[in-house]
Amino acid sequence: MSQGSMAQTASTPAAVNYNMDVVRWAALATVFWGVVGFLAGDLIAWQLAFPALNFDNEFLNFGRLRPLHTSAVVFAFGGNALLSTSFYVVQRTCRTPLYGGKALPAFVFWGYQLFIVMAAIGYVTGVTQGREYAEPEWFVDIWLTVVWVAYLAMFVGTLLKRHEPHIYVANWFYLAFIVTIAMLHLGNNLAIPVSFMGTKSYSMFSGVQDALTQWWYGHNAVGFFLTAGFLGMMYYFIPKRAERPVYSYRLSIIHFWALIFLYIWAGPHHLHYTALPDWAQTLGMTFSIMLWMPSWGGMINGLMTLSGAWDKLRTDPVLRFMVAAVGFYGMSTFEGPVMSIKAVNGLSHYTDWTIGHVHSGALGWVAFVSFGAIYHLIPVLWHRERLYSMRLVAYHFWLGTIGIVLYITSMWVSGIMQGLMWRAYDDLGFLQYSFIETVEAMHPYYIIRATGGLLFLLGSLIMVWNVYKTIKGDLRREAPIGTPATVAAE
Amino acid sequence: MLLKKHHIVEKNVFVLILGIFLTIIIGGIVEIVPLFTMEQTIEKVEGVRPYSPLEQAGRNIYLREGCYNCHSQQIRPFRDEVERYGHYSLAAESMYDHPFQWGSKRTGPDLARVGAKYSNDWHVAHLKDPRSVVPESIMPGYPFLAERELKFDDAQAHLETLKMVGVPYTDEQIENAKADLYLQAMADEDYDELLARYPNAATGDFDGNPAKLTEMDALVAYLQVLGRMVDFTTYNPQLNLR
Repeated sequence: MSQGSMAQTASTPAAVNYNMDVVRWAALATVFWGVVGFLAGDLIAWQLAFPALNFDNEFLNFGRLRPLHTSAVVFAFGGNALLSTSFYVVQRTCRTPLYGGKALPAFVFWGYQLFIVMAAIGYVTGVTQGREYAEPEWFVDIWLTVVWVAYLAMFVGTLLKRHEPHIYVANWFYLAFIVTIAMLHLGNNLAIPVSFMGTKSYSMFSGVQDALTQWWYGHNAVGFFLTAGFLGMMYYFIPKRAERPVYSYRLSIIHFWALIFLYIWAGPHHLHYTALPDWAQTLGMTFSIMLWMPSWGGMINGLMTLSGAWDKLRTDPVLRFMVAAVGFYGMSTFEGPVMSIKAVNGLSHYTDWTIGHVHSGALGWVAFVSFGAIYHLIPVLWHRERLYSMRLVAYHFWLGTIGIVLYITSMWVSGIMQGLMWRAYDDLGFLQYSFIETVEAMHPYYIIRATGGLLFLLGSLIMVWNVYKTIKGDLRREAPIGTPATVAAE
Repeated sequence: MLLKKHHIVEKNVFVLILGIFLTIIIGGIVEIVPLFTMEQTIEKVEGVRPYSPLEQAGRNIYLREGCYNCHSQQIRPFRDEVERYGHYSLAAESMYDHPFQWGSKRTGPDLARVGAKYSNDWHVAHLKDPRSVVPESIMPGYPFLAERELKFDDAQAHLETLKMVGVPYTDEQIENAKADLYLQAMADEDYDELLARYPNAATGDFDGNPAKLTEMDALVAYLQVLGRMVDFTTYNPQLNLR
C-alpha cells in the first residue's frame, strides 16, 4: 500500500521480459544531446562576452543558436532523459513490458529523434515561429503531435496491463507531464501555413492574446516538462538509490494535485507591467506565490526520503547528484515565487537575473537529477557490476556544482546591477546611464558565466568517458569513496 | 477524508487521466478566454494599421534571425523606461502582430519605438557591423542581409494568410501587395497610393543600394515603423482603464 513498498517490490527480479532496448537508446541519446546542448550554450555564452565569435555568419549568430541551445537542452537532453526513465520506471513499477510490442516504443524513440533533428535544422536555417521554446514550424509541430499521441498510447497501455494493484506515484507525474504537454503543444501552435509547400506560417492569435497563450505554454513547459516529469524521476530513483521508502504518501498526493493545478495559472508572471490587463498579471502573481508550497512539498518528500540514509551521501556520489538536484529544486522554486512578485519583477524582468534563475533550475535540478538517474541506469541496463568509476562521478559532481555556482552568482550580480542601472537617476534628474553603458558593465560577469558553463560542460565529458568505459565492461581500480584517494593510484 | 478515497484514482488509469485533465485545464480557461471576450482588453486608439507588405517581410526576417532573443518590444509604464524609450506600450499596438514579439530579455535595448529614431544609413551600418557605430556593442553583425535579394513573389499569399488569422487587409491591399512592396523600397517615386493604404510608412531606398531590393531594405523598413503608428498627443489613458 505504501509508496515505499511499491518501490521495493519493483526491485525484486521477476521473470518479466522487459523492453530495455528503448531505455538504453534513450539513455545514450540523453548523454549525447546533453553534450550538444551544453556545448551550444557555452558557445553562445562566450558570444555575449566576445561578439566576434558570431563570425558575422548567418548560421552561427546568437539569434539562431540560442533557440538551438534551449531546445537542445530542454527537448533533446531533458526529453530523452524523460523518455528513458519513463520507459524504465513504468515497466518496473507495473511489472510488465511496454505496451505496443517492440514497434510502438521504437517509433516513439526514433520519431522523437527525428523531431529534434528537424527542429534543429530549422533553427540554424532560420525556419522558426519566433515563439520562445516553441520555435519549430507547423510541419514539425504536426510530426511531434503524432509522436506524442503514440507516447501517450504506449504509456497508458503499459499502465493498463500492469501487474500491480496501484499506479506508483512516479507514474502520476509522468502521466501529468505527457497529458499536459499535449494540451500546451496544441494550444500554443495554432497557426496557418502560407503554403503547404513552404515552411512559413502565421499564428492564429496576435498581440496580447498571443502573448498570454505563449507564456501559458512557456511557463508550463517549465512546470510540466522540466518539473512534473523530473519529479517522476525523483520519486523512483531517490527511494531506489537510498534504499528507503518515500517519506510521505499523503504529502505526495497533496503536492501532486496542488502542483499541477497551480502551475497552469502562473504564466502571466512573464508579462508583468506589460500591456496584459492588470487583473491577469495579479492572478498570475498570486498563483505563482502559492506554487511555492507544493513545490516545497515535493522537495521535502524527496529530501526526507533520505531519513536514516544520509550517510550514503558520503559514499555514493550518484545519490549526491540526486539530492543536490532536489536542493537546487527547492532553491529555484523559492526564487521563482519571489521573482513573480510585481515589485521584484519590475527590477528583475528583462535582465540576466531571469537567466540565472532558469539555470539554477535547469543545471541544478533537471540536469543533476538526470545525471543521477543515468549513472544509476547505465550499469543496470548493460548488466555491469557497477560503474567504471565512482571517483569520476564525484569529479563530475564537483565540476558541475562549481560551474553552477559561478553561473548563478554572476547572473544575480549582473542582473540586479543592470536592473538598477537602467532605473538610476543622477543628481540633476537625468537617467544616469545610457543603455550601452549597462551592456559594457556586464562584460566581466559574462566571462564568469561562460567559465562556469565550461566547467559544467567538462563535467559532462567526464560522464561520457565513464559511461563509455562502463558499457565496454571496464572497471577502474580505485578505492571506494570515503577512503583516502591515494590508494586508487594506478 | 478525501485522501482515503485516493486509491480509486490510483487503481484506475482513466480516472487518473480525467482527474489530471480537469485539474490542468482550469487555469488556462480562466486566464486566456476573457482576453478574447472582454472589450477593454485592447485599448481604443487611432492609427494602428496592418503592416505594409515590405514591413511584414522585414518582420519575418526579424523573426528568422531571432532578434526577439535579445530585444523586447514592450515598454513598461515606469518613469525610467518612458524617458528612455517613449510612451509605454499599448495592447493595441501589437494587435496585428502574428506572432507577438514582446520578448523576454533586453540584452540589447527595447525596440518598441525605435522607428524614426535613427536614419536608414545608421541602421544599415549598424546591422552590417554594429561596432562601427556603437564600439561597445555585443550584437552580431548581419552583413549578409545587404547582399541577399528579398524574395517577395509570394507577398500576396502572405497577406491572404494574415487576413485568414484576423488582420483586416482590404482586397485592394492584397491585390497590390507585390507592387506596394516593391514601390516602398524605391527611391523618389510617387508614393501617394501606397501611403493612402499604409499611412506613415517610411519609403525610399533603405539600404543605399538602388540596384537591388535586399533583405536589408525590408528589415529597416520594419524597424522604421515600430512605435510610430499611434499619435500619443491625442491618446487619453483615462478612457482606457483596465
